[in-house]
Amino acid sequence: MNYFVGIDIGSTTAKAVVVDHEGAILAQTVRRSGYDFAVVARDVFSAVLQQAKIQRVSVMGIVSTGYGRRNVDFTDQQRTEIFCHARGVHHYFPEPVTVVDIGGQDNKVIHLGPGGERLGFTMNRKCAAGTGAFIEEIAYRLDLPLNDLNRMAEEAESEVTIGSFCTVFSCTEILGMARRGIPVADIIKGVFRSVVKRVAEMDSLDGKVVMTGGVVDHNPVVAQMLGEALGRSVETPPHPQAIGALGAALIARDMQEEIKSK
Amino acid sequence: MADIKKLETAKLMKKVMADHFYEIDAAFKSGEPKVAWCTSVGPAELLRAMGFVVYFPENHAAILGASRAANDCIPAANAIGYSPEICSYLTSDVGAYLKGFTPLAKIYDGIETIPKPDVLVYNTNQCRDVKDWFEWYAREWNVPCFGIESFVNVGDVTKYHVDSIAGQMRKLAAEITAATGNKMDEDLLKETVRLSRRCSDLWKDVLEMAANKPSPLTFFDGTIHMGPAVCLRGTQVAVDYYETLLKELRGWVDEGVAAVAGERHRIYWEGMPIWGKLRENAKLFLELKTCLVASTYCNSWIFSALDPDDPWNSMARAYTELFIVRDDDYKEDYYRRMLDIFGFDGIIFHDAKTCPNNSNCRYGLPQRFSKETGIPFITIDGDLNDLRCYSEEQAITKIEAFIEQLDG
Ligand code: SF4
Repeated sequence: MNYFVGIDIGSTTAKAVVVDHEGAILAQTVRRSGYDFAVVARDVFSAVLQQAKIQRVSVMGIVSTGYGRRNVDFTDQQRTEIFCHARGVHHYFPEPVTVVDIGGQDNKVIHLGPGGERLGFTMNRKCAAGTGAFIEEIAYRLDLPLNDLNRMAEEAESEVTIGSFCTVFSCTEILGMARRGIPVADIIKGVFRSVVKRVAEMDSLDGKVVMTGGVVDHNPVVAQMLGEALGRSVETPPHPQAIGALGAALIARDMQEEIKSK
Repeated sequence: MADIKKLETAKLMKKVMADHFYEIDAAFKSGEPKVAWCTSVGPAELLRAMGFVVYFPENHAAILGASRAANDCIPAANAIGYSPEICSYLTSDVGAYLKGFTPLAKIYDGIETIPKPDVLVYNTNQCRDVKDWFEWYAREWNVPCFGIESFVNVGDVTKYHVDSIAGQMRKLAAEITAATGNKMDEDLLKETVRLSRRCSDLWKDVLEMAANKPSPLTFFDGTIHMGPAVCLRGTQVAVDYYETLLKELRGWVDEGVAAVAGERHRIYWEGMPIWGKLRENAKLFLELKTCLVASTYCNSWIFSALDPDDPWNSMARAYTELFIVRDDDYKEDYYRRMLDIFGFDGIIFHDAKTCPNNSNCRYGLPQRFSKETGIPFITIDGDLNDLRCYSEEQAITKIEAFIEQLDG
């Protein structure tokens, strides 16, 4: 059997996915990227092979992607996260869609045509406002476990409005609210609302919208809130955080198919 | 990996620019002829015809950017009240002065400082920042400063515009005479306009060599070879330079030499260069087998309206017809013309943080043009000189993803 591996080294987390020659997912793994991307790449690679119970020799193609894609010294090819997210989403949604990815340090909007072709894309500016890093910073300032945020936002009875674009100013604003005794759940919901606003102003979100990335994986409430903002439901694929790695694995497989067909 | 191909004429450019700076330095040191500072699309012909040698501080600022000295200088200007949000040419140049630094002293033996002018002359056709910039030096050195206050967002250039600017130019000449004693020589003006027009036509021909497939030159080559068009237009030296360059490029075209080996994609660059990253970006596009075939920026020194038989009105028209002075309808139409000439597959808009005047992606223009022509685009956030505003990693990812998108 032939297998293909996609490795997505993001600024915050590293992901790896194995697919077989038909594109079926055998295993996937996620861990913190840390500071040594080359090491974490090898770690997620061996972990995912172990999980899938396959040998290195049966891996016919590897594609790396993400912020640290160049640090994967055993990869066959590198592709950008735009391409890989597009490919991963197209696997689950073959129709034209708009992909909204909220990553650790950047957000992307990608417009896909009927064949999954990329029609255009936008990435956020230099600032991390509205990204995973923003949410992590706020959780850290409020001393809240990241895993509790989704539940808290769902339970919130009301929500605050965060006025600032800037992560640092937002933190000051939020600490002020906490001091005034505003329930933390309402603050968290307001934080997610601010993320949704940042995304909605990046580009026009036409047609069917699909959300990916670690933020929506751990906080599905964000997809629901973006849906409220757009007035229609927003979909998520299975394992939204690993979509880039899945796309990379599928691209590795596509390349093999292409070679075969020549 | 393929190396950046160098045109032989680049060697001549080094000499031409060295002669230019030494000529100004000698004039500054001896007091004769007098030195005028001029904005890059300011009335250079007028100043030459009045007997000045002309120095262009934007060129100096670009050298600060390209040599990456800018980021050491900008904070000094910020500290005296010139915001990091305004033109980083201004803040680099003023900051360098405050620090007593000039890259010219490093490059050219015997040059110690920038040349103190006898008069500073601007045209606000490009932006207001140039006026603030020149006025800063005027106060610092107690030197007279005059200028032309141009129109902005111009649709069609009409007689009204031309009359107004030509009138201001005549008044400007009188003010300069009163302040410096230098007089206008009308015959010399005609000759200077003739040479400037010739330089402009040759520069246009040079840039349009990139219409060939594959293209023999890139935007990056353009940013280097434009030196004489900016600093020496109106002189025979610039004309001779572009005749030589054009000849070499024609030879390359005849032999099918590509600036980017294996050219797969052709891109239009809209906006300022990121001076401190020219080399890296040139290499990136080389690796991606993508040629940046044309740019509004390099085209900015084409002044096709110049006419030696009607110097005043034609200067007024030429310096008002510029892209940067025009409204968005004109700009959209301009891109369409460029598309016809150069045949490109995509546009990269550089959103330069400190130069809104050269960042044409802030009012929906890319989206409108793309919708109408089907030509895709991306926007890169960066700056001309302030590398603190540039996230290289994100820019590379965007560019690579754009090329992947064009690959299909
Ligand atoms: S046009 Fe832009 S870069 Fe040039 S001087 Fe004005 S603000 Fe600075």
